[in-house]
Amino acid sequence: MSLIVADNITKDYQTEDVVVHALQDVDFEIEPASFVSFVGPSGSGKTTILNLIGCLDKPSAGNLRIADTDVIGLDRKNSAAFRGKHLGFIFQDFNLIPVLTVYENIEYPMIMVQNIAPQERKERIARMLAAVAMTDQAQKYPHQISGGQKQRVAIARALVTNPALVLADEPTANLDSQTAYAVIGLMKKMRDDFGTTFIFSTHDTKIVGEAEVIFRLEDGHLTAKEIGGGAKP
Amino acid sequence: MINLFKIAIRNLIRYKRRTLLTASLITIGVVFVLVFVSISGSFKAMMIGQITDSMLGHLQIHRKGYVASIDNLPLNLNMKPKAYAKIATVLGATPEVEAFSPRLKFGGMFSNFLETTNIRLNGIYPEREFKTVPLLTSRISEGKKTLNRGEIMIPSLLAKGLKVKLGDAVVIVATNVDGSVNGKQFIVSGILESATGPGGRDGYVHIEDAAEVLRMPEAEVSEVAIRLKDFSRLSAEVKELEGKFAGEVNKEGRPMFEVHSWEQLSPFSNIARMIDVMTFFIKIMLIAIVLISIMNVMIMAVYERIREIGTIAAIGTLPGKIRSMFIIEGFCLGIVGAIIGGLLGSAVILIVNLIGIRFDFGQQQGLLLKATLNPSELLTISVIVIVVAVVASLQPAIKASKMEPIEALRHV
Repeated sequence: MSLIVADNITKDYQTEDVVVHALQDVDFEIEPASFVSFVGPSGSGKTTILNLIGCLDKPSAGNLRIADTDVIGLDRKNSAAFRGKHLGFIFQDFNLIPVLTVYENIEYPMIMVQNIAPQERKERIARMLAAVAMTDQAQKYPHQISGGQKQRVAIARALVTNPALVLADEPTANLDSQTAYAVIGLMKKMRDDFGTTFIFSTHDTKIVGEAEVIFRLEDGHLTAKEIGGGAKP
Repeated sequence: MINLFKIAIRNLIRYKRRTLLTASLITIGVVFVLVFVSISGSFKAMMIGQITDSMLGHLQIHRKGYVASIDNLPLNLNMKPKAYAKIATVLGATPEVEAFSPRLKFGGMFSNFLETTNIRLNGIYPEREFKTVPLLTSRISEGKKTLNRGEIMIPSLLAKGLKVKLGDAVVIVATNVDGSVNGKQFIVSGILESATGPGGRDGYVHIEDAAEVLRMPEAEVSEVAIRLKDFSRLSAEVKELEGKFAGEVNKEGRPMFEVHSWEQLSPFSNIARMIDVMTFFIKIMLIAIVLISIMNVMIMAVYERIREIGTIAAIGTLPGKIRSMFIIEGFCLGIVGAIIGGLLGSAVILIVNLIGIRFDFGQQQGLLLKATLNPSELLTISVIVIVVAVVASLQPAIKASKMEPIEALRHV
């Protein structure tokens, strides 16, 4: 059974004078534990589609089911609860909480979103820190580590609650190419280790090649679904 | 909850200068209010103590209509011995009453055989009077602290004006209730310092002597001064005694007696009320300071952390927790301001006491201001500050919790 089923998704934005069609009649399905990328130029609708899948926004029309839940029908509070339970987020600007250490940033969703017991928390954080190779940086604050390290912490934070799906909007945009490949490689490894579905958006053609499934977007239309270079033979 | 506090405290530390300024403003407000409340409250308590313990007593009982005509000291509105006996029986059976003293008040002429002037006198039973108004003896600047038959204690202004000294013979002449005049010679046994308020310049004689001057076969009573064991129960006791005397009616079926608290008898009660009003407005000012400063800092905090709010909302933090995070920040600021303000305020009050501020009030000179800080007052002010800090944080906190994560994440 598909993890995500999008059926005729349309998203319009009303500005003062005109209606902007950000997405039009988009259909797709995404399988569990896949490594998916939405690609396209600026304004093609990549971020819009990730926002819809991330339950941060609602489509103007169409149906969207994630983990067998009609997410369009969720109210504000249930939407937040759904995100906390099923989704993880990786942001372009890392968005770590500056007053918390690396350790505490990873711990945050387990305390504030899910109520996980202290011992279990400790174990999961240790596992995540080791997985993203940040164990020795655990007590540092975000301003004390590099961009690549911040994104690794963000990956750990996104995965620590064992979500079914991690969404990453342009996760490598603020990283140099070497670090970008390392981050994508880490995400893939995490997918392999934890069976989590990763969906990321990018306009970097080299990075796109790392995805197993590529959805191409243009002017709000889904123009192609391709098997990426990252797909297992 | 601990984690919410941890994040809130770290966010406050993150903006050190702003937090410090806001906390300082609250602290200064708390110190100012504490010192004001302490000094004005102590001044009020001291003056009330002076008035009640040296002249009026905590409350008084009169015959109905006497207080309305008290300036004339009307002898025809005195209580007869039988009526007083009823009062004495009731008061004797009231456990909250520590002491009571019957007084026979009258006006007369005071003469040193060379000059004559008018005087207001209280006929008293000295032992009972000194128990009811214990500070009366401290007003005796010259002479012995007792009063026997044939002796008189006169106010210092009168003694100075007529050049009367201790041991001098003087004559009191007074109009009796039937309109005739009578006189009696007294020996000056004490000079009294004047006090502020009604009766502050009265003289004292023994009640039996007063009855003799007024040609009363038995001493009548103009008023009964009462001292309570617990002054804080004044209002309750006034009501209780009013209830007890409600059944005592005259021939016309009207109440025979009136019960008055010191507040109804002394103009200082208006000053005391003014002090209360000023204290109230000072507290309002403190509330305004805390409200505006915390609201300002929290609005700034929300505005500066919009992307952070978006992030934590996106990863699933429920709106209630986001709200709590900001409310706790305001709460912590309030706590810090209240604690430091409380400590500094107490220190300032201690210094004021160590310096020893003296002041004059009316006829009383060199009164030592002894500022005391009531723990309940300290607690009240602290609670006000903390509650207002939380209330001030509510609007920014609600705003933060209602932010759409997608819009917050887009914020630059």
